[in-house]
Amino acid sequence: MAEVIWGLATSHVPSIGAAMDNHRTQVPYWKPLFDGYQQARDWMAEHTPDVIVLVYNDHANAIGLDLVPTFALATAASFPVADEGWGPRPVPTVYGHPGLAQHLVESLVDDAFDITVAHQLAVDHGFTVPLSVYDPDPGDTWPCPVIPLLVNVIQYPQPTAARCYDLGKALGRAIRAYPDDLKVAVFGTGGMSHQLAGERAGLINPVFDAMFMSKIQCDPQALASLSRETYITEAGSEGIEMIMWLVMRGAMDEDITRISDAYHVPASNTAAALALFENKASGR
Amino acid sequence: MTSKPAVSGTYVFDIADNRQGYAINKLCSTLTTPASRASFLADEADYCDRFDMKPLQRTALLERDWRLLLDLGGSIFYVYKLAMVDKLSMQDLGGVFTGMTTEDFAAAMRAGGRRCG
Repeated sequence: MAEVIWGLATSHVPSIGAAMDNHRTQVPYWKPLFDGYQQARDWMAEHTPDVIVLVYNDHANAIGLDLVPTFALATAASFPVADEGWGPRPVPTVYGHPGLAQHLVESLVDDAFDITVAHQLAVDHGFTVPLSVYDPDPGDTWPCPVIPLLVNVIQYPQPTAARCYDLGKALGRAIRAYPDDLKVAVFGTGGMSHQLAGERAGLINPVFDAMFMSKIQCDPQALASLSRETYITEAGSEGIEMIMWLVMRGAMDEDITRISDAYHVPASNTAAALALFENKASGR
Repeated sequence: MTSKPAVSGTYVFDIADNRQGYAINKLCSTLTTPASRASFLADEADYCDRFDMKPLQRTALLERDWRLLLDLGGSIFYVYKLAMVDKLSMQDLGGVFTGMTTEDFAAAMRAGGRRCG
């Protein structure tokens, strides 16, 4: 049977991808952020999964305002890299896992998550930056297939944090019910606190971020109980992306082990973080 | 009626904003191919005429009145595509939204970001 072996939470700020694409990771502005990734990257390189399920949001690229699915899962065999306005990032095409993806859709719908199915999807920075955080030098191909799971966070009403956490639990059940012996990693992306527009543009809330970084491991239910208004007020209008970390968290066991984490301000206009968890109890 | 939270100094883009700003956002969404970006830059007014924009929206777009574009229903993720055509960064827009120079806004971010209440 398939199993979830680890979960990665990471910001997906476009400038983090641009820093890698333009070979600027060692300049003073970026070096602290990338230094913070190293321990997690080393560990992940030793624990390559068979498939990744990557939870993210599109940013006005594949998903227009004509149709706004609250949750969507992509079932195609491959996903091109989107041109977001400055040309596609120079990273490999992403290969999906149609067999597992179809199973996940069927399982989620049977589990009362009436998820939208995407058969064609160009993936933007919200998707490719987390892959680059995982593997900065993939060569011609990413280490494994990746299934995109999309969450609407840019048009109110976003799903509640509680619903995201429950989706994660259903995702975990669905993965564990897949008959093939696949090792699956789940990525929750976005955040941390940031706001791009309005008079509060540039907002960073390190206190809220630190609380979230702690409780995502030990008390995710507390984070799931926070309202959209709390996320927007405390973490900014775009900081509400952090609800996507709860999908990852829900797919994992109750007791998990923190392998590594990092927090850095700023990545352009955003507080950037990484948290890596192994799906087994600590202190064994 | 809406349940949308009212947070001071913050745009919470919602369904009504989508309806109001549809033409702005639709135009910006097309700026994702080299051909459409070239077409836009070759004749911006003509390009705007392909979309059902209100006169004030059209003026705001042509004059790059970034605050007004958002006030009229623009979503930051769509409007940012227009800024990228102008080779502006999110720090440039952050300066516009906060009444700071780009340099001061970027410095505030490097200093740990802005505390807003």
